[in-house]
Amino acid sequence: MRNQVENEQPPHTESPAQLEQYYRDMVFIRHFEEKCNVAYRQGKIGGYMHTYIGMEALAVGWLYSIRKGEDYVITAYRDHAHALLLGTDPVAAMAELMGRKGGTAGGKGGSMHLFDPEKGFYGGWGIVGGHIPLGAGLAFASKYRGQDRVTLNFLGDGAANQGVLFETLNMASLWELPCIFIIENNEFAMGTRLEYHAADTHLWKRGEPFGIKSERIDGMDALDMRENAQRIVDWVRENQKPYLVEVMCYRFSGHGAADNDRQLYRTKEEELENMKRDPIKRLEAVLIERNILNAERLEAIDAELIEQVEKIYEAADAQPFPDVSEVYDNIYTDMTPDKGH
Amino acid sequence: MLSELREINHSTMASTLEMTFREALHKSMIEEMDKNADIFLMGEDIGRYEGTFKVTRGLFPKYGHRRVIDTPITEAGFAGIATGAAMAGLRPIVEFMTMSFSILALDQIINHTAKIHYMSNGVVKCPIVFRGPGGAAKQLSAQHSHSMEGWYAHVPGLKVVCPATPEDAYGMLKTALADENPVVFYENPGLYAIKGTVPDDPNFSVPFGKAQIIKPGKDISLVGYSRMTHVNLAAAELLAKDGIDAEVVDVRSLVPLDTETIYASVRKTHRAIVVYEDWRSGGFGAEIAARIGEDCFDHLDAPVGRVGGLNVPMPYARVLELECIPDENDVVAAVRKLG
Ligand SMILES: Cc1ncc(C[n+]2csc(CCOP(=O)(O)OP(=O)(O)O)c2C)c(N)n1
Ligand SMILES: [Mg+2]
Repeated sequence: MRNQVENEQPPHTESPAQLEQYYRDMVFIRHFEEKCNVAYRQGKIGGYMHTYIGMEALAVGWLYSIRKGEDYVITAYRDHAHALLLGTDPVAAMAELMGRKGGTAGGKGGSMHLFDPEKGFYGGWGIVGGHIPLGAGLAFASKYRGQDRVTLNFLGDGAANQGVLFETLNMASLWELPCIFIIENNEFAMGTRLEYHAADTHLWKRGEPFGIKSERIDGMDALDMRENAQRIVDWVRENQKPYLVEVMCYRFSGHGAADNDRQLYRTKEEELENMKRDPIKRLEAVLIERNILNAERLEAIDAELIEQVEKIYEAADAQPFPDVSEVYDNIYTDMTPDKGH
Repeated sequence: MLSELREINHSTMASTLEMTFREALHKSMIEEMDKNADIFLMGEDIGRYEGTFKVTRGLFPKYGHRRVIDTPITEAGFAGIATGAAMAGLRPIVEFMTMSFSILALDQIINHTAKIHYMSNGVVKCPIVFRGPGGAAKQLSAQHSHSMEGWYAHVPGLKVVCPATPEDAYGMLKTALADENPVVFYENPGLYAIKGTVPDDPNFSVPFGKAQIIKPGKDISLVGYSRMTHVNLAAAELLAKDGIDAEVVDVRSLVPLDTETIYASVRKTHRAIVVYEDWRSGGFGAEIAARIGEDCFDHLDAPVGRVGGLNVPMPYARVLELECIPDENDVVAAVRKLG
């Protein structure tokens, strides 16, 4: 068990095509998220919206390590990247953010509540820590049925303090649930730094008292992340027991699109310093160094993906808003509550 | 359509200050914290980050981390710790980032905080204030838009107040901080930016259990609290165009409830509609309506009407959200229906 990021360099044996795909996915997420920010400022997206900018390597690493559509994935409200990488229709995701009828939830959920069970994605949750036991419940179900699925249960560093995490870890270990608790440690819980919210900032240790295999790994290098994620997913699938991983990263953006007060909890210098660790830049360097893609190609891919995101946005924006008559739909499967004011 | 929020100034004091609802809460806390060293604040992002709705701006630099405490995201834990501190005689103000998150602390508040005084037969007191925004803000969808006041008002042992104006926010928070009981102080997020006058008097307070007539009228009583008082005022203006003279009753305090002022209004107008943002079924407005029905039956010319939020988990899309929240047109429609 390790208490810091000191994992030996894995061999990185992916094919050039595979590396290019990781890169494309990360850049796609980046542009998707940036477009969301623009749309939010224009009032096209409302409510609370949280982007994954700076954390792309994490989602790519983990979601390429599972059997998509079979394994289970659940996370909190910072959920766009997870859904997109699982194969959720990006137009439907964007439409959901814009509150449109064709959104993944018909406009009823918004940014925080993307769901796509066909792709193995079970949300999309807004109450910090609330989904943690639900993820263990998904793992419970697969174990109960004798399947060899794994569940990726993503949570934030801030969520790692909620009591329900500890209750869930105990049961996950007691009942040997094949659930990977992935703490996305981006160093902030909204405007509160890790040091101010966690008595022991080594969050990976939180699995230890329950006898859960636990470790801390780096989440800024896509290839390391990918390698480590695969190792852990394979172990959990094989052993059908829980695992806890603290993945170190940094939230490049504000907490959410409505966070205009970054200066209250961190300096510009700190931000710039951390942005030097940009996972996209890091992968670019690898691609160039290995002669897989040159600068020109990288630029072309970037332009292509910007264009693609624009098209997604336009397609979503062309969709109608839900009809008010839909307001009572899907509260129950088989009835509606009393209507009217 | 959401109604325009307008200023309601009911102060009769000679000297007043103009401020927002948010500033009134802020001023009230500072004045009381300066007077009483046992008052301290606890909550998520309230210190260094100045609060999500910025109600606690400036308090962290002023009082430091001993009295303005940033908590981890652990609602059950810190609500319980604050309750324990109150049992020992301190006077915590617990800010919930939103009342929706206080759901995580319901076991502490309902099973513990609310029960201490009774279970100990009065031996232990628990002077604590739980405050924060409750109700729909804008497009925060199903998990972040709960109106919690009715849930709390259901529990014997808790006082629950829901001011609608800066003056009441200021004066009722003072009363809450002097109270020896647990108080749930409900702030609708749509009110933080509204302006009004507040008496220039640090000793000013607004007692609990006193409703007030915000606009007198003779034809129908529109009974509400918090932001719905503003909706009722807007409805009264619309009704006036039709020659209907509505009286607007601002309940302000759910527990204790000033039934006398409400009943006096109903005895005068002979018609009543209770308006509340919470889900229509089982919301606190249903309690008020039932009481009017029970106690004013002989004075009523029509059944007591109710306007509440649709019985729907709050949807994200703005068109759907607006459909769920009662507005002045819904109130006017209910008045018409009453005949
Ligand atoms: C129970 C609860 N309390 C408070 C909030 C408000 N809130 C939303 S996100 C957040 C910070 C969470 O930080 P973290 O778990 O580190 O996740 P991150 O946003 O960094 O991904 C807070 C306090 C909430 N949604 N739910
Ligand atoms: Mg975080």
